Amino acid sequence: MMMMMMMVMMMVGSPDVIMPFGNTHNKFKMNYSAEQEFPDLSQHNNHMAKVLTPEIYAQLRDKETPSGFTLDDVIQTGVDNPGRSHLEPHDWFLLLRRLQSTRRRVAGAAPWGAAGGHENPGRENKTRRHPFIMTVGCVAGDEETYDVFKDLMDPVIEDRHGGYKPSDTHKTDLNAENLEGGDDLDPNYVLSSRVRTGRSIRGFCLPPHCSRGERRAIEQLSIEALDSLEGDLKGKYYALKNMTEEEQQQLIDDHFLFDKPVSPLLLASGMARDWPDARGIWHNDNKTFLVWVNEEDHLRVISMQKGGNMREVFTRFCTGLTKIEDLFKNRGHEFMWNEHLGYVLTCPSNLGTGLRAGVHVKLPNVSKHEKFGEILKRLRLQKRGTGGVDTAAVGGVFDISNADRLGFSEVELVQMVVDGVNLLVNMEKRLEAGEAINDLMPEQK
Amino acid sequence: MASSFTRILSSKRNVGILSLVGGSVAAGFLLHREHVTAGEPLRRRYPASAEYPDLRKHNNCMASHLTPAIYAKLCDKATPNGYTLDQAIQTGVDNPGHPFIKTVGLVAGDEESYEVFAELLDPVIKERHNGYDPRAMKHPTDLNASKIQSGVFDERYVLSSRVRTGRSIRGLSLPPACTRAERREVERVVVDALSGLKGDLAGKYYSLTVMTEKEQQQLIDDHFLFDKPVSPLLTCAGMARDWPDARGIWHNNEKTFLIWINEEDHTRVISMEKGGNMKRVFERFCRGLKEVERLIQERGWEFMWNERLGYILTCPSNLGTGLRAGVHVKLPRLSKDPRFGKILDNLRLQKRGTGGVDTAAVGGTFDISNLDRLGQSEVQLVQTVIDGVNYLVECEKRLEKGQDIKVPAPIKQF
Repeated sequence: MMMMMMMVMMMVGSPDVIMPFGNTHNKFKMNYSAEQEFPDLSQHNNHMAKVLTPEIYAQLRDKETPSGFTLDDVIQTGVDNPGRSHLEPHDWFLLLRRLQSTRRRVAGAAPWGAAGGHENPGRENKTRRHPFIMTVGCVAGDEETYDVFKDLMDPVIEDRHGGYKPSDTHKTDLNAENLEGGDDLDPNYVLSSRVRTGRSIRGFCLPPHCSRGERRAIEQLSIEALDSLEGDLKGKYYALKNMTEEEQQQLIDDHFLFDKPVSPLLLASGMARDWPDARGIWHNDNKTFLVWVNEEDHLRVISMQKGGNMREVFTRFCTGLTKIEDLFKNRGHEFMWNEHLGYVLTCPSNLGTGLRAGVHVKLPNVSKHEKFGEILKRLRLQKRGTGGVDTAAVGGVFDISNADRLGFSEVELVQMVVDGVNLLVNMEKRLEAGEAINDLMPEQK
Repeated sequence: MASSFTRILSSKRNVGILSLVGGSVAAGFLLHREHVTAGEPLRRRYPASAEYPDLRKHNNCMASHLTPAIYAKLCDKATPNGYTLDQAIQTGVDNPGHPFIKTVGLVAGDEESYEVFAELLDPVIKERHNGYDPRAMKHPTDLNASKIQSGVFDERYVLSSRVRTGRSIRGLSLPPACTRAERREVERVVVDALSGLKGDLAGKYYSLTVMTEKEQQQLIDDHFLFDKPVSPLLTCAGMARDWPDARGIWHNNEKTFLIWINEEDHTRVISMEKGGNMKRVFERFCRGLKEVERLIQERGWEFMWNERLGYILTCPSNLGTGLRAGVHVKLPRLSKDPRFGKILDNLRLQKRGTGGVDTAAVGGTFDISNLDRLGQSEVQLVQTVIDGVNYLVECEKRLEKGQDIKVPAPIKQF
């Protein structure tokens, strides 16, 4: 028995701290060949399934990150959620639950928690899987996942982030002064503006893998940091498990409250374990700066307000983030970040800036134009319905945001949104007046 | 390395003990708690007190018995395959439960879970199984259907009869913890054995991954098809991973003997037919189970069983016999009688709607089955159901004639 244990340990390398909080640490898997363990991906349509070959699986399956996260942990959500384009029976159950629930309104965006940053449009459309929009199908359990399993993660990242190479470097720019304009998006069309991102605290495991003790420590650190914010950022923390009925109702009315994830994409990765322990919402008194603690990432940071002053939203975003980062640093903690991947988050789709800057904008005419999709593509923008499904809400109001996350800086991405939305609004005005928009067609950015 | 294990696996026919990499001695009748070696102790970053779950809003058996002291003692331990306490209790932490329905709140990842985490599991088992003490008592197994007395019900009242249980293949991890290869191995072993069934037991296997549309529809029409679990009680325990890989349904040609593979347990075995011939249903049940056991033993495998806990299944609520014997029976008058609940309690029976647990009865037709699973044998439990249902039908007949009924004395449990 000792020999067997030693053999297993030799194969995986000795982890510093073993924390098997996932369910795929079964040591007996090494009794079987890689071929016997390789998942059946024949029905699958996600990035992981496209990239994972039996050879890569064989090479990586006996490896672990220092905290004990394995390849099977990384891919479980992608194995469990093929991403086929038709509805599975399970989807109907979810759809029914969604319709029965009134608590899915968060941060003024899609009721299905889109504000929580379901970056993947396929994930947003939880009841309809578009055959061309692919889910990622893998998650990180800690910062080292992206390194230990780079043979899988690099091609997934390249595929997902428009050809981003393992040798590329990512620019971070959180200086809002570098943004040009953005303070005057026409409020007759632009109803609200919002910027969100995520942050992970270095040294802790990510939501798929963290223990209760870690998650609570993250919450505690976050509360301490956020409680130190001052001025227009001063605010209050509401722990999910201690909330009063009144507080809960207020947060629902403000569209701030996030609920336990129901998407199988998230559940299958283990992010919802121990709910609602150590989860909570912090927001400033003005209700323009909001932080989610321990939902899909350690922190989700959202800045928003009604109207079209994206510049103000972004400025507050940058100021707030920088202050929070400083407060963490003063306590001896930093955010997970590196030159290649930028800010490190749970889902590979959120690497780089993790930033989604968007507006709710009225485009009833432009959205019906035959070139709408092409225009968005060239502007590097993405549309979503404000109702959460991939259809426009009544009145032609769309959620328009940046399509990219990695390979562009925060300022660059917000600039694209500002310039792009300005253009779309001009096009809308032209079409309203019965004029053509051909001369306004943009080049591919 | 894989080949040396194959050799170990194939030579176990004479050994009666299946022991894999963890080195634990997991022989059925030879299982002694002190011989089971837990896996290498875990190293953690936080003390147990920082990791202890918040169970203040919980109402399940795990929450009732998991004290901080027990948690601290067990949280560093793992079974030979690496299964930990946190994994075992995750479903109970994630599902606080319902004020009226007390769920179990934990699962086993392998046979050794019941030993390594005995300090938590034993009191849970005792509570769930109405006082059966795994530290002091032995569980009787008896699959001799010839001992059953009467057992053919009045079909004007009893519409259908059914007996179900589960079986686990020793040496392979249970659904919450198994790897894909282990799960596929369970499928292979069981399907291989089932192909050896003959006569009225001969049948066919339908794998969930390769089922045709037509086959799927037929299985739905027959009410045989099981779907991916949606209950968070099951999904939080990790049982739905890799769905539908290595899952399937086998049934005999006559559609009276059905086996589910890799759903909530390695296997679920169901014998049923329309009408009131419970004796025949149970006879087929025992015959089928024994035959399957013989067939897997020929190939060097055996079921998980020990004399302390009987047959080992994923959920502690299914230990012992894992047996639920029940009928669909029309009791429109009796069910309206205020003494109905007490009569059932004293007969050690349980009622459910005909849609299954938690459903309401339709048209006064109920699903009546045994309450107990552990501490009494299969024969004893089925006899209890037979005697009890006979009594209920008698009551219904008396009420029809305007006669009074009596609440029977409570029957002895152990």
